[in-house]
Amino acid sequence: MTQSVVVQVGQCGNQVGCRFWDLALREHAHVNKRGLYDEALSSFFRNAVLIDMEEGVVNGILQGPLREVFDSTQLLTDVSGSGNNWAVGHLTYGSAYREAIVNKLRKAAEHCDCLQCFFLIHSMGGGTGSGLGTRVLSLLEEEFPDVCRIVTAMYPSAEDDVITSPYNSVLAMRELTEHADCVLPVENQSLVDIVNKISVMSHGAKPGSVLRKDSTVTSGQGSLSPTEKPFDAMNNIVANLLLNITSSARFEGSLNMDLNEIAMNLVPFPRLHYLVPSLTPLYTLADVNIPTRRLDQMFSDAFSKDHQLIRADPKRSLYLACALMVRGNVQVSDLRRNIERLRPSLPFVSWNQEGWKTGLCSVPPVGHSHSLLALANNTCVKPTFMELRDRFTKLYRKKAHLHHYLDVDGMEQSIFSESLSSLSELIDEYHQLDATKARLIPDAPRLSIAR
Amino acid sequence: MSVVTVQLGQCGNQVGQQLFDVISSDAQDGQRKTYSSVSWERFFRQTSQGDFEARAVLVDMEPKVINHSMNRAAKSGRWRYAEASHFSQKQGSGNNWANGYRVLGPRHRDAVEELVRREVEHCDALAGFIPMMSVAGGTGSGVGTFVTQCLRDVYPSSFVLNHLTWPYGTGEVIVQNYNSVLTLAHLYQLSDALLVHENDAVHRICSQQLNLKQISFGDINRVIAHQLAGVLQPALTPDSCGAYSGNPLGELVSALACHPEYKLLSACSIPQMASASIAFSTFSWPALLKHLRQMLIANTKMEEGIDWQVRPPPASASRTSSLTAGGFNASLANLLILRGKDVYSAETGGFEDPAIYTSWLPPAEALSLWKSPVPFDKYEKSATLVSNSQALLRPLDDMVRKAWNMFASRAYIHQYVKFGISEEDFLDSFTSLEQVISSYAQLQC
Repeated sequence: MTQSVVVQVGQCGNQVGCRFWDLALREHAHVNKRGLYDEALSSFFRNAVLIDMEEGVVNGILQGPLREVFDSTQLLTDVSGSGNNWAVGHLTYGSAYREAIVNKLRKAAEHCDCLQCFFLIHSMGGGTGSGLGTRVLSLLEEEFPDVCRIVTAMYPSAEDDVITSPYNSVLAMRELTEHADCVLPVENQSLVDIVNKISVMSHGAKPGSVLRKDSTVTSGQGSLSPTEKPFDAMNNIVANLLLNITSSARFEGSLNMDLNEIAMNLVPFPRLHYLVPSLTPLYTLADVNIPTRRLDQMFSDAFSKDHQLIRADPKRSLYLACALMVRGNVQVSDLRRNIERLRPSLPFVSWNQEGWKTGLCSVPPVGHSHSLLALANNTCVKPTFMELRDRFTKLYRKKAHLHHYLDVDGMEQSIFSESLSSLSELIDEYHQLDATKARLIPDAPRLSIAR
Repeated sequence: MSVVTVQLGQCGNQVGQQLFDVISSDAQDGQRKTYSSVSWERFFRQTSQGDFEARAVLVDMEPKVINHSMNRAAKSGRWRYAEASHFSQKQGSGNNWANGYRVLGPRHRDAVEELVRREVEHCDALAGFIPMMSVAGGTGSGVGTFVTQCLRDVYPSSFVLNHLTWPYGTGEVIVQNYNSVLTLAHLYQLSDALLVHENDAVHRICSQQLNLKQISFGDINRVIAHQLAGVLQPALTPDSCGAYSGNPLGELVSALACHPEYKLLSACSIPQMASASIAFSTFSWPALLKHLRQMLIANTKMEEGIDWQVRPPPASASRTSSLTAGGFNASLANLLILRGKDVYSAETGGFEDPAIYTSWLPPAEALSLWKSPVPFDKYEKSATLVSNSQALLRPLDDMVRKAWNMFASRAYIHQYVKFGISEEDFLDSFTSLEQVISSYAQLQC
């Protein structure tokens, strides 16, 4: 059985990570009750490493229901935080804690019979998640070069509270482009929109259908004020993403899709490894009682712009590759029927016209009959990255807040310019591919055999 | 003589389990003792407690599928897999042929060869090997190719017939065309013959012939297993002198794969119906054979919707070498296996018609006929046709075309280079397959 190690860094990373463990344990407890063969429970979730430069979140975890799951050797904390400064996270803490981090990672890896993948979870806009998180990423590459690195990265939206989030994000992006195998970008605003949609759906449902008692839609701190972001619910969505992506490795199915297969099939060129996730049906992301919709609707929704976890419309851009991970009582004929139905409306790059990676896992998420996770390597990430670059340049041109970074030991202006170039080159690569979209590319001339 | 099956990867292990299921059920039902005992002996061995264990080696790079197949087998009550006949690792091949062929295969060579050796030792006489695998993924295709090579090295005089499942054209795995091209090019040198089932064709059988509304991989595999069993179950052959042939693989290979450039075999069977309907149907050999012949020349795998317009071109017409001009499928050689009631009176002249064969083999040599008076898999009368024809030409060409387009942009190549397969290796494989395509296209000249 393969194991993965989850490394959660920073406030956001730890909150999402914990949500994931909670859901995962629930899922396996549920499956075990039904007496299904389950080797996965003890082995898959063997290890997490929790890193934060403030104590608040991690302490909260240690007092909560997950305190049994983690022990102190898996934690790394400090007190002062990173001040929303990538350089502090990456360079100051990165150097100070380098050895401690490597030790904890090694210990976690040693516990694994067969380590397949590192899941790194962090936000891009802050200091710890983005700075220290990406430092951990390069350490992972150094220490475990053969183990797949999948990063779930939370990107800030334009209206983000942290002024320097564009700096932090672009500095972090360069690291992700160079050192990650796959990145699953998630935008806060998309999560907010999805949570609102679920809320509307559940209130519009028949009378008598109630939000389940242990519903994750409401915030842990009491009632939501209208301006407050429903972070619990948002984190829940990301946690579900991780749950679904690993479902085939944990449970059986007629067409398994392992984590290393995801990297293999969805990354045609090493740097183009940003995979846009979408999860359908939405109501599986919250504990609401809504009657099961038609199966085909689930597939249609997976490609609609309202269900992507970043603000993007994949149908208007170019697909390089797409993976569909189906869970529950769905057969290969349902899958094929829907692929055939939807295919004409989806623009695929000329050399991958029928490029689908599909997986069927027989165990659905708890309380639901089926669900679908789509991962798209699509040029629709380009606008997101271009916007990020614009926000960065607005600040950088005026040298706003730059001294906070340059004052940090080891930080240089060249790191800024190099990160900006890296991002521009990436955008350019997507742009080149986009340019092929309208053109009719003929088949490459075949080898001819002398007879 | 006994056959040792090597089940490789998810597909190989799923189809293999279904195959043994069909065979054991057919052997158990068989009203003739000799048929049953030959069948049991060929595919199973008996333990001291009287249980039947399959002569199979199960190989996968992750454990879930093997566990599932072994459990399902045990549940049948008729047969099971031997406890120690399987080899698995913890982590799959990642759909990467290079990983399977260059890294995992060699790494686990000794363990797998040992399992095969033990199984071979249990055979009084070895008829040969049937590696079963898909060509789309990483283990079946990559490790499977490596294991086939090992079989060749260790048992140079044994027959090796690979059973291959080709994926849906519209993709189960994005790099499936690369994996397929690499597999087919290598197996062409290693294997005696390649018996192919295509998921697309079998899917059509399930939906249009069997009228299944929801089709699962279990359904697909059941059809494949039925057709494959129809080929492998005991039969009386021209060489076997009135007894069930002891050399089924050898005779199949010499009947069909007489030329090293032509090794692609496909199977077709009739009737195919939902098991509930069988009891209510009557069959006649003339009707069955007439349909089967048309299925062959019109290149369709089912009785439903046969195109009766397709005819062999008249001898006088100049034949072009375009891919199956006019929809007609030219054969190099055919093996017709008839099973059930009144086999000896079945009139097979339609299959001896020179017009359906390529010109350079006389029909008397091109057609082989096997018979068994025992009804197969609940059908009172049934026929299986294994052909070496142009049936796989179009799917092969599509596969190569798509792989070539992807290669032209070098997409995903870095994933293969990482494990030791270079662009040169790819080019070699492409060249080999273009050769195969050209050879088959020429069958109509």
